[in-house]
Amino acid sequence: MVQKVIPLDVISRVPRPSPEQSSGGCSSGGCSSAVAKSPDLPEHIREKIKEHPCYNEDAHHFFSRIHVAVAPACNIQCNYCNRKYDCSNESRPGVVSERLTPDDAVRKVKAVAAAMPNLSVVGIAGPGDALADHKRTFETFRMLRETMPELTLCLSTNGLALPDHVETIRELGIHHVTVTMNAIDPEIASKIYAWIFFGHERRTGVEASRILIERQLQGISMLTEAGVLVKVNSVMIPGVNDHHLEEVNAEVKRRGAFLHNIMPLISDPAHGTHFGLTGQRGPTPAELKELQDHLGSDAKLMKHCRQCRADAVGLLGEDKGQEFGLDLLPEEPQVDGEARRAYRAIVDREREDRRREAADAAAAVRQYAPEEPILVAITSKGGGRVNQHFGHAKEFQIFEVSSNGTRFVGHRRADRYCRGGEGEEDVLDLTIAALEGVTAILTAKVGRCPRQRLAEAGFDVFDDVGLDYIETAIARWLVERASEHGVAVRSA
Amino acid sequence: MAYRIDAGACTGCGACEFDCPSGAIKMKGDVYAIDAGKCTECKGVFASPQCVAACPSDAISQA
Repeated sequence: MVQKVIPLDVISRVPRPSPEQSSGGCSSGGCSSAVAKSPDLPEHIREKIKEHPCYNEDAHHFFSRIHVAVAPACNIQCNYCNRKYDCSNESRPGVVSERLTPDDAVRKVKAVAAAMPNLSVVGIAGPGDALADHKRTFETFRMLRETMPELTLCLSTNGLALPDHVETIRELGIHHVTVTMNAIDPEIASKIYAWIFFGHERRTGVEASRILIERQLQGISMLTEAGVLVKVNSVMIPGVNDHHLEEVNAEVKRRGAFLHNIMPLISDPAHGTHFGLTGQRGPTPAELKELQDHLGSDAKLMKHCRQCRADAVGLLGEDKGQEFGLDLLPEEPQVDGEARRAYRAIVDREREDRRREAADAAAAVRQYAPEEPILVAITSKGGGRVNQHFGHAKEFQIFEVSSNGTRFVGHRRADRYCRGGEGEEDVLDLTIAALEGVTAILTAKVGRCPRQRLAEAGFDVFDDVGLDYIETAIARWLVERASEHGVAVRSA
Repeated sequence: MAYRIDAGACTGCGACEFDCPSGAIKMKGDVYAIDAGKCTECKGVFASPQCVAACPSDAISQA
């Protein structure tokens, strides 16, 4: 019976007969290494984020989220944002394909929950600011609270209006709030924000930034005092705030934020943003990793953020939003509560199973991994397994492997920007460039042609993984590698 | 006198509707429009017209 109500291929162990599946596109998913990666989080927070894909690296292999775009208005202008641009291949915050009324949003959530029993989180992240026109945001949450009380609710804000709404956030049981905060120094912030609309006036320059920062910090403190979990997002902008983010990190931690997510600036002239048009570049993956490493393991950093669109649907890293356009939704979607409960029970078992296998794999990693860390890229569509065909992967999970163990360090994407009419060859070139510094690619299957080109580019390609858990696959690859290299080492 | 919204520049975000103290702004099709009869230009109430100051695409100007 259980199998019948769980249609998701995410958690299936058996290989599918055909790579073309019902989802009709290259979905991708998950990331992270098995065991909860935030040992510094207290137990009550871990319990709260157990089913939240954005906050819990383990959960995001199993649970889906939906962003409902009910909040188009914004009260500040950031130099990295231009909401006019929307291409269906475009994936970045602030971009949506359709705007929803609160009623539409509730209907869409129900339709998605009916199709995806693993839906656990509903977020309002724009496309503007969730609290600028707060009426739509709170009306949506109020209706969802009544109809599907088991859902986790969260919202994202720039923080300008936050102090005025902490009481409502608490009262509605909104579990998590993300505040995007790029600086705590008004001089630096004034290079990032063009203006704010506050106190019935448009304000610019350092004064505007000073007000914004004050409101952000005040809001963060009020939320944490009210028991709401606070994550802080910061956009890393080379030459502007990259050296300043350490101070931001210390300040928001001091005020009780439980996670800090440092995201790379996405900048392209085609987006028409101020930064895009003035040639401000984003950081390279290496620069981002260097900053994260510099901030260290107690910085409460989040590494699996995908910078989703404000109308994303599905597992992190995949977006099925286009399958749930308003015109495609039934009038009265029926949610099957039994299927949702059954899915949770299966996930609990899978997560336990994965934890055990990862522990076994850890012993092999300690024995066979090199002392100096190497990077391994994984393709996965969820479930914590290497279960995605190389050709379907839009993104790669990157693991750092050494004799100290396996550690998830982030994602690399090969499709960050709208690709226009470029062909397959270009995609492979993009992929090869995106995987700079990576030693091996572990994937469910890879075609002969790309395999050859990847090998020529210097990658060790391994697809004899049998849909293993990620940790197990890495261990098997290490063992195989050791047996191949073993002769060479002995004869040297 | 009243203000008007350039339909070509309007993104339909609704910031103006939210901040208009006179209830003069409503959605018409995909974009917003100002009811000239209701618009007070915020005179005597605010230092600047609220819709103009709030509009992220600078789509609003004097008619």
